[in-house]
Amino acid sequence: MSERLLEGINLCCERDHRVLFESLNMDVGAGEVLQIEGPNGSGKTTLLRVLTGLSEATEGEVRWCGEPVRKVRENYYQKMQYLGHAAGIKQALSAQENLRWHAALSGLDFGGKIDEALAKVGLIGYEDVPCYTLSAGQQRRVNLARLYLLSAKLWILDEPFTAIDKSGVKAIEELLIHQAQQGGAVILTTHQDLQHVPGLRKLELK
Amino acid sequence: MMAQVDEKQVKRGIFTAMIRRDMTAAFRHPSDLINPLIFFIVVVTLFPLAVTPESDFLREIAPGVLWVSALLATLLSLDMLFQTDFQDGTLEQMLLSPQPLYAAILAKVATHWLLSGLPLTLLSPLLAMMLFLPGDGIQALMLTLLLGTPILSFIGAIGSALTVGLRKTGLLLSLLVLPLYIPVLIFASGAVKAAVAGLPIVGHLALLGALLALAVVLAPLAIATALRISLSG
Repeated sequence: MSERLLEGINLCCERDHRVLFESLNMDVGAGEVLQIEGPNGSGKTTLLRVLTGLSEATEGEVRWCGEPVRKVRENYYQKMQYLGHAAGIKQALSAQENLRWHAALSGLDFGGKIDEALAKVGLIGYEDVPCYTLSAGQQRRVNLARLYLLSAKLWILDEPFTAIDKSGVKAIEELLIHQAQQGGAVILTTHQDLQHVPGLRKLELK
Repeated sequence: MMAQVDEKQVKRGIFTAMIRRDMTAAFRHPSDLINPLIFFIVVVTLFPLAVTPESDFLREIAPGVLWVSALLATLLSLDMLFQTDFQDGTLEQMLLSPQPLYAAILAKVATHWLLSGLPLTLLSPLLAMMLFLPGDGIQALMLTLLLGTPILSFIGAIGSALTVGLRKTGLLLSLLVLPLYIPVLIFASGAVKAAVAGLPIVGHLALLGALLALAVVLAPLAIATALRISLSG
């Protein structure tokens, strides 16, 4: 068995008097990719937000390396990157400025690494134009560049393939594989079939 | 690649990063910045036109008019504090940062003050002269605005954080925040009136200073809790 990184124990979540999921047990360990599947409105995003600690579960507990997330927030957030539903970037700022801010949030300063990360997501030539001039897919790519830039043990990705073209999807799949090989872990929601990711685990929400 | 990145880690203050980001974003869309200032100017200039141009009367009401207008202008600018950050998802990233949230929130409030309270303070002597406020009064007005508007920013940020997830916040935000603004309004306009009457204002200023000190220490804690509640929905 690989090292358990994140565990959700007996999770139950209610929104507006509707039970989204209950008695849900899940975990993800080093080197694993966990795909959360389910129809629209089944609580995938809610589950991810509970796992990040942004939302509270109605019942149950989320543990990071065996400790409740609430108690080890700082340590957890140092090692976790969350890409949410929203773009996570400021429209008025350029891709470079956005990433510099993200780096500062993690307490890191990269300088030249930012251009390298933007090159990897195919945004050369768009580094210093305001993000509102970019297309939806390009804006997603700015956000995805964080994965190249900021090393984290655990990635929690909410629909990372939205608005991304075919070659981009392939690049992200490779990135997921790379992360797992490095001993990291990924939890993601997507409606895409991830065929090329070895050792992919699935969690079905109803 | 990951290993190389780790070696190059350099700590950098989240405080300066937040201020720089918000300032840059604000100056690229200056219309949001100018709105509260225009409001301040328009309200104050309309008073002599609507009431009376008589200098004695204007001098009498000037402290109240100037402070009420400054307060409402600040209220108008509260929307820009957390709402756009909430919509574009950067607010949740701020909460998920391993850096101290206290520093990030302090930076957000400081930026809000630099972009609303400080320009109002700098603009106030001009409008005060228009209302025939004497020199002593103008000095007191600027001092009270300098101490008072940051308090307004802090209290406003609590209200803004509590209502950030809601769809229509306008009236609710005012109802939440206005009662807490009233002590500031009373002490500040009282100080200006006292200065016009030639009385000492040190007491008023000390009270405002105490309120500001309290706000700096306690408001970010309230704002942090309010943001966590608002985003947990």
